[in-house]
Amino acid sequence: MAVPAAEGTGGRKASRFSQDGSVLGLLVKVLGLSAVVGLLTYTGWRLVGDGAYAFAAAFFIAALLFTLVFVRQSTVPLRWIMPGLVFLILFQLYPIFFTVYTAFTNYSTGRNVEKPAAIAAIERLTYVPEGSPAWGWTPLQADDGSAAVWIIDPADGAAYLALADEELLPAAEVNGLQLDESGAPVSMDGFTVLPNNQRFLFVSANQGVTFGDEERGVQVTTSTEARQTRQRYVYDPALDAMVDQRDGTVFVSQRGIFTAEDGSTLAPGYPVWIGLENFTSIITNPAIRGPFFTIFIWTFIWAFFSVLETFILGLLLALNMNSPNIPFQRILRVLLIVPYAIPAFITVKVWVGLLNPVLGVIGSAWNPGWFTDPFWAKVGILMVNLWLGYPYMFLIITGALQSIPGDIYEAARVDGAGPFYQFRRLTLPLLMVSIGPLLIGSFAFNFNNFAIIDLYNGGGPPIPGSATPAGYTDILISYTYRIAFGGARGNDYGLAAAISIIIFAIVATVTILNFRFTGQLEEVSENV
Amino acid sequence: MSSATSKKSSGMTMASRRRLDTALRLLVALLFIAYALFPVVFVIGTSLNPSGSLQSSQIIPRNPSLDNYRSLLNSQTNPFGRWMINSLIVSTVTAILTVALCSLAAYSFSRFRWKSRKRLLQGLLLSQVFPNILAIVAVFLMLQQLGRYFPMFGLNTLGGLILVYLGGAIGFNTWLMKGFFDTVPRDLDESAMLDGASAWQTFTTIILPLVRPVLAVIFMLSFIGTYSDYLMARVLLSSNQQYTVAVGLSLFIGQQFGQRWGEFAAGAVIAAIPTMILFYISQSQLQGGLTSGAVKG
Repeated sequence: MAVPAAEGTGGRKASRFSQDGSVLGLLVKVLGLSAVVGLLTYTGWRLVGDGAYAFAAAFFIAALLFTLVFVRQSTVPLRWIMPGLVFLILFQLYPIFFTVYTAFTNYSTGRNVEKPAAIAAIERLTYVPEGSPAWGWTPLQADDGSAAVWIIDPADGAAYLALADEELLPAAEVNGLQLDESGAPVSMDGFTVLPNNQRFLFVSANQGVTFGDEERGVQVTTSTEARQTRQRYVYDPALDAMVDQRDGTVFVSQRGIFTAEDGSTLAPGYPVWIGLENFTSIITNPAIRGPFFTIFIWTFIWAFFSVLETFILGLLLALNMNSPNIPFQRILRVLLIVPYAIPAFITVKVWVGLLNPVLGVIGSAWNPGWFTDPFWAKVGILMVNLWLGYPYMFLIITGALQSIPGDIYEAARVDGAGPFYQFRRLTLPLLMVSIGPLLIGSFAFNFNNFAIIDLYNGGGPPIPGSATPAGYTDILISYTYRIAFGGARGNDYGLAAAISIIIFAIVATVTILNFRFTGQLEEVSENV
Repeated sequence: MSSATSKKSSGMTMASRRRLDTALRLLVALLFIAYALFPVVFVIGTSLNPSGSLQSSQIIPRNPSLDNYRSLLNSQTNPFGRWMINSLIVSTVTAILTVALCSLAAYSFSRFRWKSRKRLLQGLLLSQVFPNILAIVAVFLMLQQLGRYFPMFGLNTLGGLILVYLGGAIGFNTWLMKGFFDTVPRDLDESAMLDGASAWQTFTTIILPLVRPVLAVIFMLSFIGTYSDYLMARVLLSSNQQYTVAVGLSLFIGQQFGQRWGEFAAGAVIAAIPTMILFYISQSQLQGGLTSGAVKG
């Protein structure tokens, strides 16, 4: 049963597959493994240091999996998948996990840092208490251009070098310091003493800047005086509130934003867990619900017709070209799939140019409202997608046609079946078996085909009266993208994440159903 | 078929019918080639038209010149050459690594049998249908964080962008590749194993040379996919010098659609060249490689 080729080279084979390199191979394996695991662990450890625990966990999980798979004998097959899997875990699964988590929070503009970071940022704010003594000051400029001051404490006459948001540096620790007889600095290393006529400018340029840290620092208030500042807000864990040290106002945390009784708020806020609120707001909030269902339905129509039209044209062309008598087969086929080879971001823009109502070759001759009429914009975008998508269908259908054995047609002809009958009863069913999964893949792709929607008309024309920005050609993904990243009302990542989970559920269901249907999964499980 | 004469006459009509059939097929093919090429020819024509605005565009310009190409390539504010190089770097590296990661995984799925093999393959596929765009907030924050430790993989770096693309390397591609690997008879591996080859040696010396078509296809799909992606790149890259050509050209045409049409067309023609070349080279591999995974007899 030996394969001829193997027999022919049998003599050399033994040396070709020699195990000489096994010690070296083992060394390479061990070194490579420790390098990968080391790198993953190191990054995870750094992430823990920065408080990014969830992301750190992804790295630790990847490192652990990697080690387990390569140490245990029973997981040999997984070793081959591990390299790709590590990337998948870090850059695909973790983002998905993050998105799912976000869907249950109110993560949005103004609530975009973690709670400790938000508190720390607010606690950095300072104020000048009334009746605080006036310090003398001299303006300085650091060599890197940043501002600094030389200050003298009125209480004890001690002098300091003060940089913005840094601890005060006592005069004794300043290098190359030279003072004049009045005690004002003349020069020092790394700083230039600014002339007195710059003082006024300096004050206006450094409004609100604290020189020194929140423990001990000053703000320059007039051209001759600086006042010591105090930390303005202090976090009170018992109340879960920030307390204003100036007047005692309490800012209680409300859904992640510290809010006073009179409604004034402190920035930044932080996201909090809000359960299913994002999901229910899709149904209950009329501003979101209105466009959502319009868009939901159009997304299905869009994906379905995109597959249908490209399939039909691809099939017609494949059948048309499926004849050995046609001359110049090869070159004709290449020319037919040209649209597939040019990046879509170029061709969509070109079509937009062609359809431009004033300047475009097609649009100036015939313009039913390619970008402004809700119906014709949809027709236009489907037309463009037909041009973009048929070559792929043409390619896969041609391949599938060629793999259908010829003898079944022979048998059909003997039985007296006509060409149309042959097509309907033999070609089409056999074709569907083999390219069915690819059609579903195409459906899933178009369902989330953000690029063409965005490039064609940015989802427009806009749907009037919708509170969230939405257009008639928007599909779920482009609508969601705009909620997440654009628009006047700021970015609502939580809501966008909730919609993306719904999108995922739909496409995943379609995919799984399809596998059940075509038996593709059964094929995966069978031994080949 | 009964008599010699009727056979002859029916043979003649058969021949002419076949000729008519071929002529019709040729006509349909040419018609659709015109449809396929119309926008392409139009772009080339526009790119050669010195007056460069959408308004004056004609298919064949009256006095063709390379002015648009010159002004695009010499532009100080829009480093088009840099964009092209960035795109080629990102796409080539991503495509090579994708082929490597994918062929390893596909070998395992095709040749080994283990408990959750089916589960994992399904899971890989499902992870691919998650709308990636929405995970972009997470990806953005991740790169921001990573950039602190490894500056070459941070935000606004080509390295970071490549990492993100590699997250989707195994998935749909592995499934496609596994189908092709399955068509290579297992006897080949077994005889190699009998000769004392390790799994790794079998993979590199027996399997890989036989599955070259599908490697070419995955390389091409990955290259074109990466090259054309503008969304991920647009969010993650923020400086003019780091843009890929997809981002750069899209932003370039962005607001001034009318005036920049000629230069955009010139850029589009240049940007389409790498994929066209790649496509032409791998054309013959494409047909076989793309379908045999799905259409395995």
